[in-house]
Amino acid sequence: MRLTLHVWRQDGVDRPGKMVKYEANDIKPDMSFLEMLDVVNEGLTERGEVPIAFDHDCREGICGMCSLMINGVAHGPMKGTATCQLHMRSFKDGDTIYIEPWRARSFPVIKDLVVDRSALDRIIQAGGFITANTGGARDANEILVPKESADDAMDAAACIACGACVAACPNASASLFTGAKISHLGLLPQGQPERYRRALKMVEQMELEDFGSCTLHGECQEACPKEISIDTITRMNRDFIRASLLGTRA
Amino acid sequence: MGEMTFRLDAHVPGGPLAEKWNRNRFEMKLVNPANKRKNTIIVVGSGLAGGAAAATMSELGYNVKCFCFQDSPRRAHSIAAQGGINAAKNYQNDGDSIYRLFYDTVKGGDFRSREANVYRLAELSVNIIDQCVAQGVPFAREYGGLLANRSFGGAQVSRTFYARGQTGQQLLLGAYQALERQIQRGGVTMYPRTEMLDLVVIDGKARGIITRNLVTGTVESHAAEAVVLATGGYGNVFYLSTNAQGSNATAIWRAYKRGAGFANPCFTQIHPTCIPVSGHYQSKLTLMSESLRNDGRVWVPRKADDKRRPTEIPENERDYFLERKYPSFGNLAPRDIASRAAKEVCDEGRGVGETGLGVYLDFADAIKRLGADVIRERYGNLFEMYERITDENPYRTPMRIYPAVHYTMGGLWVDYNLKGTIEGLHVAGEANFSDHGANRLGASALMQGLADGYFVIPSTIGHYLGSNKLEKVTTEHPAFKSAEAQVAENTRKLLSISGKRTVASFHRELGKIMWDYCGMSRNEAGLKTALEKIARLRAEFWRDVNVPGSDAELNQALERAGRVADFLELGELMCIDALHRRESCGGHFREESQTPDGEALRDDEHFTYVAVWEYAGEGKDPILNKEPLVFENVKLSQRSYK
Repeated sequence: MRLTLHVWRQDGVDRPGKMVKYEANDIKPDMSFLEMLDVVNEGLTERGEVPIAFDHDCREGICGMCSLMINGVAHGPMKGTATCQLHMRSFKDGDTIYIEPWRARSFPVIKDLVVDRSALDRIIQAGGFITANTGGARDANEILVPKESADDAMDAAACIACGACVAACPNASASLFTGAKISHLGLLPQGQPERYRRALKMVEQMELEDFGSCTLHGECQEACPKEISIDTITRMNRDFIRASLLGTRA
Repeated sequence: MGEMTFRLDAHVPGGPLAEKWNRNRFEMKLVNPANKRKNTIIVVGSGLAGGAAAATMSELGYNVKCFCFQDSPRRAHSIAAQGGINAAKNYQNDGDSIYRLFYDTVKGGDFRSREANVYRLAELSVNIIDQCVAQGVPFAREYGGLLANRSFGGAQVSRTFYARGQTGQQLLLGAYQALERQIQRGGVTMYPRTEMLDLVVIDGKARGIITRNLVTGTVESHAAEAVVLATGGYGNVFYLSTNAQGSNATAIWRAYKRGAGFANPCFTQIHPTCIPVSGHYQSKLTLMSESLRNDGRVWVPRKADDKRRPTEIPENERDYFLERKYPSFGNLAPRDIASRAAKEVCDEGRGVGETGLGVYLDFADAIKRLGADVIRERYGNLFEMYERITDENPYRTPMRIYPAVHYTMGGLWVDYNLKGTIEGLHVAGEANFSDHGANRLGASALMQGLADGYFVIPSTIGHYLGSNKLEKVTTEHPAFKSAEAQVAENTRKLLSISGKRTVASFHRELGKIMWDYCGMSRNEAGLKTALEKIARLRAEFWRDVNVPGSDAELNQALERAGRVADFLELGELMCIDALHRRESCGGHFREESQTPDGEALRDDEHFTYVAVWEYAGEGKDPILNKEPLVFENVKLSQRSYK
């Protein structure tokens, strides 16, 4: 396959960036999208140019490190698939592909396609946990968890924090990410004691980080490589409103 | 070879096996709660071992600094573990016990691990599950709300706890959330996108590290009272492996060069069920969880060069070779054995797929017996992953699988308290050598990472601090300055060569040498060839590598160049170790040492020891030190899964 790529190049934070055109030749349909970029980068290096920086690590769709807006779609055209698991058989010989970083005020570009997603860690810091110091736990089977609750919690817990939901949202909201964690922990008996405080703190932090508000476009759910449902946002809103009405202290 | 200088005292507590850990916990020194915060502990790596250790030590009151090269601690490669975590809970009432898990692990490791460590691991396994459930890890459940289990290789009981095919992810998120809570509280300072480039040793004690900020390129010094390395394994020395792209050996390798003993470097695990290689551009291999072997049957055609589609090959022309060779364990034979069996049938020309390097993993019988819905519930995400990569539907046609490098049992040597040969240097998780001997059983890596991180390191660090009077050191100490200068010089050198070959091309070539000569099957002549080839390749690297860009920015080529430079040295040590161990054991198969039916043949008389290599200086042969392995509870036997 021969492809024409338009790739966002930016030297560093607060530096101007621009789209740069590259030709990608000898691309095989069985290559992953990132392997295609590896080939382009090998070529750039051999010609003495600086390769394109992009985040990636596990390359099996679980670490959440990879990103990329591909032709304006977060993680590209294949539903429920992270960029590293997208294969070139999803494209045709002669295609033109536009590759950009996540675009959101809360995700500043560090270089080329690499962005800073540390705001997501700070949302977890605010309350995305169950307070359980090591050592004090009782026998695991003393806590009964109905299978349905465990399954629903797992659906929400599958989030890989890649940030596609933010990048896809017209408001750059992090509600799917935040709602997924609130749902995971709030659906389990172990998560009940901190349930409302958690919702309050995490939503507050999300606002502090300058993410936009959710207006239920549903783009996040479409872009999510783990296909997390926007029902999680409903749960977040319910817990947050209840916490606010009850005057739960953060 | 030079003089051995390590004093390899494993500090195994006295008394009966089952009482050692408790006795040790009582005998260990404690640090007064008010004094804990005066101690800074560096933790490098934020996976199961590092993340759990950092969070727990902060809970105890220590001042912790935690480092990871990814953009968030939640991305450590523990996240990719699929199948599950073992624990001797005996919830299934099928005869499991702490002793049985201990015994299975020692036997599975082909009697090359330290009994006391393995027993403690089995003992702590039950506490891990309790801790993880308390944190909200969404393990699979039965309808009544109790925890569910499944079986894994090398065991005849069902003791594996799981969260769909994403057990590592969920366990890591548990540790990560505990860690983030401590970061928010101020007990842990987190340094993401930061790589450790040297260990600083002052008066024989590890007192800090040198790091590079991967975004700005700034080289920094960090001083501490103790250093914990939890940086994972070195499987990427093979270029193609199931490891993440960034997984590297730099931290443990630089520690080795500062005096930390490296134990059993040649013990690597080749996992039997990975998606086969499809082309030269390939950047990684993807694992298909061992749990699939609960329901999948492994087979190849009976005759060589059979090009028919799998569904066209009738039952009586198939060879279910694991069931045939190992009737009592069948498709759940341990990883080393299953991998070698697959290689053997492929060497006979009976491999499948375009390259002939593959065997079938077939679910047709299980789907007939249980229905597609049950199979989807058990393995749905794995089947989807397989289809995304290969474009084939495993509900309709058997999966094609082939062995791939997955885990390294070798690592830095540690005593019972997980302390290395350098005082104050502790090593946890895959980065140490301690619990898996020459072969790791499935679902035991998660168990070890969390046992080390939640329970062992937080106790033993206290003992180290309590029994040593440490002078205060600052990063102004000359040892920090000279290590910083050395790091800067190394970087300058890499950037100044401006040769013709890319870093990736060297890495690929090294990987091929390692796979061909130090992979599933090894022999003396091959290992000697590998040593010559690696030395030549390393010389060429330092003459002709091309690392573009500068050191004062995010420079992924530079990061990789440093890692590959270290792999080029570590690969050599692996071959030296493989050459010296003239026996077969576990994942280390020396062709010269096999039983008449081709199984690994140990030589207990000469090799019942841990090989601990000591750095002797540039251009000098490493020095072999030995820790004899003493078995007081388990009788050494020829491992049989027939």
